[in-house]
Amino acid sequence: MSAVVDTHGHGHDHGHEHHDHHGGYSGVMRWITTTNHKDIGTLYLWFAGIMFFAGGMMALVIRAELFEPGLQLVNPDFFNQMTTMHGLIMIFGAIMPAFVGFANWQIPMMIGAPDMAFARLNNWSFWLLPFAATLLMLSFFTPGGAPGTGWTLYAPLTVQQGIGMDFTIFAVHILGMSSILGSINIITTILNMRAPGMTLMKMPMFCWTWLITAYLLVAVMPVLAGAVTMTLTDRHFGTTFFNAAGGGDPVLYQHIFWFFGHPEVYVIALPAFGVISQVIPAFSRKPLFGYASMVYATAAIAILSFIVWAHHMYTVGMPVTGQLFFMYATTLIAVPTGVKVFNWVSTMWKGSLSFETPMLFAIGFLFLFTLGGFTGLVLSLVPIDIQLQDTYYVVAHFHYVMVAGAMFSAFAGIYFWLPKWTGKMYNETLGQWHFWLTLIFFNMIFFVQHFLGMAGMPRRIPDYPLMFETWNKISSIGAFGFAVSQLLFLYNLFTTLKSGAQAPQMPWEGADSLDWTHLPTPVPYHTWETPPVLK
Amino acid sequence: MRGSKLLCALGGLYAALACSSAHALAWYFPSAASSMAQEIDHLHQYVMWLIIVIFVGVFGFMFYACFAHRKSRGHPAEQFHENTTVEILWTIIPALILIVIAWPVTKVVIAQKDTSSPDLTIKATGYQWKWGYDYLKGEGEGISFVSMLATPREQIDAGAQKDENYLLEVDRELVVPIDKKIRVLATAADVIHAWWVPAFGVKQDAIPGFIRDIWFRADKLGTFRGQCAELCGKEHGFMPIVVRVVSQEDYTKWVAQQKQAAAAQAEDVNKKWDPKELVAHGEKLYSANCVACHQANGRGAPPAFPPLAGSKVVNGPKEGHMDIVLNGKAGTAMAPFGKQLSDTDIAAVISYERSSWGNKSGIVQPAEVRARHK
Repeated sequence: MSAVVDTHGHGHDHGHEHHDHHGGYSGVMRWITTTNHKDIGTLYLWFAGIMFFAGGMMALVIRAELFEPGLQLVNPDFFNQMTTMHGLIMIFGAIMPAFVGFANWQIPMMIGAPDMAFARLNNWSFWLLPFAATLLMLSFFTPGGAPGTGWTLYAPLTVQQGIGMDFTIFAVHILGMSSILGSINIITTILNMRAPGMTLMKMPMFCWTWLITAYLLVAVMPVLAGAVTMTLTDRHFGTTFFNAAGGGDPVLYQHIFWFFGHPEVYVIALPAFGVISQVIPAFSRKPLFGYASMVYATAAIAILSFIVWAHHMYTVGMPVTGQLFFMYATTLIAVPTGVKVFNWVSTMWKGSLSFETPMLFAIGFLFLFTLGGFTGLVLSLVPIDIQLQDTYYVVAHFHYVMVAGAMFSAFAGIYFWLPKWTGKMYNETLGQWHFWLTLIFFNMIFFVQHFLGMAGMPRRIPDYPLMFETWNKISSIGAFGFAVSQLLFLYNLFTTLKSGAQAPQMPWEGADSLDWTHLPTPVPYHTWETPPVLK
Repeated sequence: MRGSKLLCALGGLYAALACSSAHALAWYFPSAASSMAQEIDHLHQYVMWLIIVIFVGVFGFMFYACFAHRKSRGHPAEQFHENTTVEILWTIIPALILIVIAWPVTKVVIAQKDTSSPDLTIKATGYQWKWGYDYLKGEGEGISFVSMLATPREQIDAGAQKDENYLLEVDRELVVPIDKKIRVLATAADVIHAWWVPAFGVKQDAIPGFIRDIWFRADKLGTFRGQCAELCGKEHGFMPIVVRVVSQEDYTKWVAQQKQAAAAQAEDVNKKWDPKELVAHGEKLYSANCVACHQANGRGAPPAFPPLAGSKVVNGPKEGHMDIVLNGKAGTAMAPFGKQLSDTDIAAVISYERSSWGNKSGIVQPAEVRARHK
């Protein structure tokens, strides 16, 4: 990418000064009042990290209880609360904020903008999250505890829950507000603040995936807010949206929820695709193959995601035409997703590959996410899904998409950009250990769950028949191994921040976006005060 | 495939774990007992083979690149990044493969949905946390019973030696004749449940206020087990479905027995019971129907599941107590037991509750419940 940039070298001259530019406050007030996209990105990432470990602890409670048949550690009620909160926290607290964190750090730097379009709104978008998370956590301490409905909050089970359900509903409202405000900010930034010459079709792929994701979020978060609000009024104000006795329909809730819920899957997956589309070319030392078709494929996935929602509901008893429509539409998603996978593999083809930690996580993503995509194709077929719906096969499927997909991608992003952000280089050996242990234990937890599902183990049960014991034991041991492996990541992260080696100016020779080619390492607190001019 | 490598690695671990379970390793669909389950199995294998071939192909390329095109081997990076022909090809070919998949699947979907002209129609009602069965049409019409978990609590909570069919055994199995088209109408009384028997390849959400139908035709004799598949509250893992498939002759005999038993029970209602006998009968019913929420010691698990010891309802007028047991309480897990238990059984449970855990508010006779039962 050729560009004339008058701020080039700015950071070298003033690098020692940039600590003075934190906006006048120091200590905790710096973080509370900050309007700097880098600070806010950092806040999002720390928040996501904390939630990741909180949600992980809940997963460990689940796996510990399922280590052997019989109830040993928790009662079924608490077990259900764990499955619910694990899901909500991981999706809304860990994965989504992690990618918003990447967006905050990277989008302005990648498109040559000095900050996000609405800097103060950006601060508010983040600071809504701790309140939502607190509400969610507080629900455990209400009479009756947190909701035990699963993260999907299906009616009419929600009507039976205690006040913790209302806490969760308000938390979802706040989380939704945060997402919508954040998305508006991202859309406005990308559409209005690109540097001269940075046309849309020249943007790094990561910006494109986020632009499309932001539109998805603006479209679907209000739908979720509507669904939970109707739940709230059904609970307290005598409405009967989801109660047949008053003319409502419990299945209506599911339609509304999954109209949000399926695009939500791509809200999580698309930014992950974006990170991978930056990492793979960098370590292949070769431009992304089929850039334009990647953009079209991303848009196609986003559009299709609005017309496939009822594939989550094949067992509710839809008419045959409904089942067939949703089945055909769902299988169609395999086409643009396939295009993306082929493009990534073609990017690697005849490159000059090296396998540092970010690339390992990207390849792990590519391999395992595709596996999760294929089990998705299996599940999209109505007759097979009838057998597998609500079993551990589904649990395995979406953890391949969420963990091996989104989380591997987030790790790739962190290892990739950490040197740029902090000027410190992480320990490569520890990074590689982290990758291989994560990969092995991940498969140990979730690969065997395909077998459990096919053999007939329903999901969300705290106890199970004896024939499922062996796979559950393996899965539980894997879960604890996985948890320990993440401590290795924490250790690597903290030692890097505290005493990491100085990162070279260009740690990854194949990286080609503006942040790498035209900004010093570490990046100064303020970048692109004068926009770069791209020819 | 990495999966199989992983399996090898897990093999050693499995050897270490094997002592924990005498069961054969279940890893695939249970063997089919209906042609529909057979079809599902075939479709699944067909799709899996396609997937494995594509997967190995795509990742063959990737791993070859990882091996041959690495910097450490001195492979120079080429700079190509576009090829419209291949882009079009790898859009069209997957679309064609999808059509190849969709064709046979569509035929099965249409067959699955054809619930017309059944030999026997049975309604399955999901309750928190048991199944009610009503034989609506066909041989056995009028038979009606509730089927609930028979595994003793000690095996679940207290680590007692577990039976072979732990969590998959019920007090009364659903009985159906072999080679007959059975139509199941699924519905629920409280929250959504799902009626699922893997060996028949049927699963249907049971939705309160709505009736949805499915069908199966069992082609093997034997007992087939499944579990509720939709999260329905705290005892979701403890409401199995057990279906016994019998020959036509045995089915006719079974129907006759059921009719006799029902007639015998109908006479009971007007009998005046001895209080001790009634309470003893009630205790058994309590531990089957009520104990999960209200607990054996009657203290419940407040606030969701209120205590019965010292409760105002239990120690108040009989009418209020009968109403709540008969009609349930909206918005809570308290089910309307008037739809599940006989009047005699309800009288027994109420009598037990009114004379246990320090409660001393007298017994209720079946005739009183009958009078109150609207």
